[in-house]
Amino acid sequence: MNRSYYGYFFVAPFFIGFAVFGLAPILYTLYLSFMKWDGFSDPVFVGVANYTRLLHDSFFYQTIWNTLIIWVFSNTPQLITALLLALVLNEKFIRGKHFFRAVYFFPHIITPVTLGVIFALMFDWQTGSINKILLALGIVQDPVNWFNSAWWSRIIASGVIAWQYFGFNMIVFIAGLQSIPSEVYEAAEVDGATKTQTALHITLPLLRPVFLFVFITSVIGGLQLFDAPLILGDGPNNTGRTMVMYLYETAFKNFDYSYGAAVAYGIFIVVMFFTAITARASKLRE
Amino acid sequence: MTKIITRSILYLFLIVVAATCLLPFYSMIITSTHTNSDIARKLLLIPGDQFLDNYERLKNTVNIWRGFANTLFITVTSTIINVYFAALAGYGFSKYRFRYRNFLFLFVLGTMMIPGQLGIIGFYKLMDSFDMLNTYWPLILPSIYNAFGIFLMRQFADSSVPTEIVESGRVDGYGELQIFNRIVLPIMSPALATLGIFAFIGKWNDFLTPLIVLFDNNLQTLPVMIASLKSQFTSDFGAQYVGIVIAVVPVLVFFSFMSKRIIDGVAAGAVKG
Repeated sequence: MNRSYYGYFFVAPFFIGFAVFGLAPILYTLYLSFMKWDGFSDPVFVGVANYTRLLHDSFFYQTIWNTLIIWVFSNTPQLITALLLALVLNEKFIRGKHFFRAVYFFPHIITPVTLGVIFALMFDWQTGSINKILLALGIVQDPVNWFNSAWWSRIIASGVIAWQYFGFNMIVFIAGLQSIPSEVYEAAEVDGATKTQTALHITLPLLRPVFLFVFITSVIGGLQLFDAPLILGDGPNNTGRTMVMYLYETAFKNFDYSYGAAVAYGIFIVVMFFTAITARASKLRE
Repeated sequence: MTKIITRSILYLFLIVVAATCLLPFYSMIITSTHTNSDIARKLLLIPGDQFLDNYERLKNTVNIWRGFANTLFITVTSTIINVYFAALAGYGFSKYRFRYRNFLFLFVLGTMMIPGQLGIIGFYKLMDSFDMLNTYWPLILPSIYNAFGIFLMRQFADSSVPTEIVESGRVDGYGELQIFNRIVLPIMSPALATLGIFAFIGKWNDFLTPLIVLFDNNLQTLPVMIASLKSQFTSDFGAQYVGIVIAVVPVLVFFSFMSKRIIDGVAAGAVKG
């Protein structure tokens, strides 16, 4: 008796759930992006007006720029630290590997919102511990008003994100390192390669698929920064405002849902654009 | 000799990074036990005795334990739904040769590429028309579809659920769903646990959806309450610190028991993905 059609029943809940809670909202957002809707009265069709406005919206361009800056400042130190730690923790002589891996991973499971509040408190210019330490060490004479500076607000936001994600990426790198067969290293040792040579010419090239995975996830995730930057605030002249913060503020704080819908699609296009560039760049290097 | 120096440098590097990870949490816990005037004036390194006073002021403004219970309820229900339906679909893709199976599976994987916020405004509007705003349904029901979970479960079912066992269940006269519930689910429990941990952490940290669909303070989740501390206690830093401690310490305890499982799960997911 052929029961293969039962498979449809088993996979159906996914497709129903996706259609109702995933696809329908996405299409509805697209529909709203061609409307004028404030959440109370009926939506009115306005054609591409929201998109024309988006193309001329300097705030939107500013948020793209801010997001890219925060992304670069968080990803560079984060990936370098993650890779170095992974290489070190992959060495056989290191003791306490589980302890170190667990400690590094811990910030990753704390709610980003909580981390945002923690960093906001640490960098508070009057009561934060960072200023107290700098004053005690004599590095600064007066407390620094961190969130009053465009660059410091961005660097602090980047710092929170780097701090939260390096442990996760480190685990991914370690997993990649452990999937390299040990014969390769043995052959290198027989040929008399030094540690540095092995790392540069064998380990890093073989890690390429892992790099691709890490880069693409970091582009997709990094361009959707929201929780922690929202808590840290907009920064002076909105220099700390990310794209998704702008989406949230437009739609749910200013109740301009239809323009927010256009912003959502704008973000989608930006994210797709940078994901494509990343995927392309990693292919070109081959 | 050089070996010892290199190793010392490496250990020093590991320890410095570890300290960077833990010091902010240490500082939070310490600061939460001091008075507001001490927090404002001094660099605090050792515990004080004001924790309960700060806690009382926090409790009088924010119903933080209610938020904790709300988050726990939402997280546990959605984790169960998430894991059950992911296992169901993963097993379906693994053991039944239905038509368009490969195409449908690719479609499932494709849904992972969609960024999370794309549909959020439409989601809000749809939940409004379903009369589900200010309820937990919009937070729980979407857990039915989890593409990554299906991917993980299919891998596991392919490698660890023998088709003979399914056949023997049919010989014994079980229905297909009965076979799944009584025979397959127990076999899949290691994968269920791994996915369960991910689903739990993800849901526990969810912020944007509760922020927009819940209006009632008593229904609100812990992350949203934590986010509101800043605006509600503009100058009461002691209370803010206590709120953070309540949000972090249970996670710390949970993680110290589960760290190996969580980390191995991430590693397994990354290499397969």
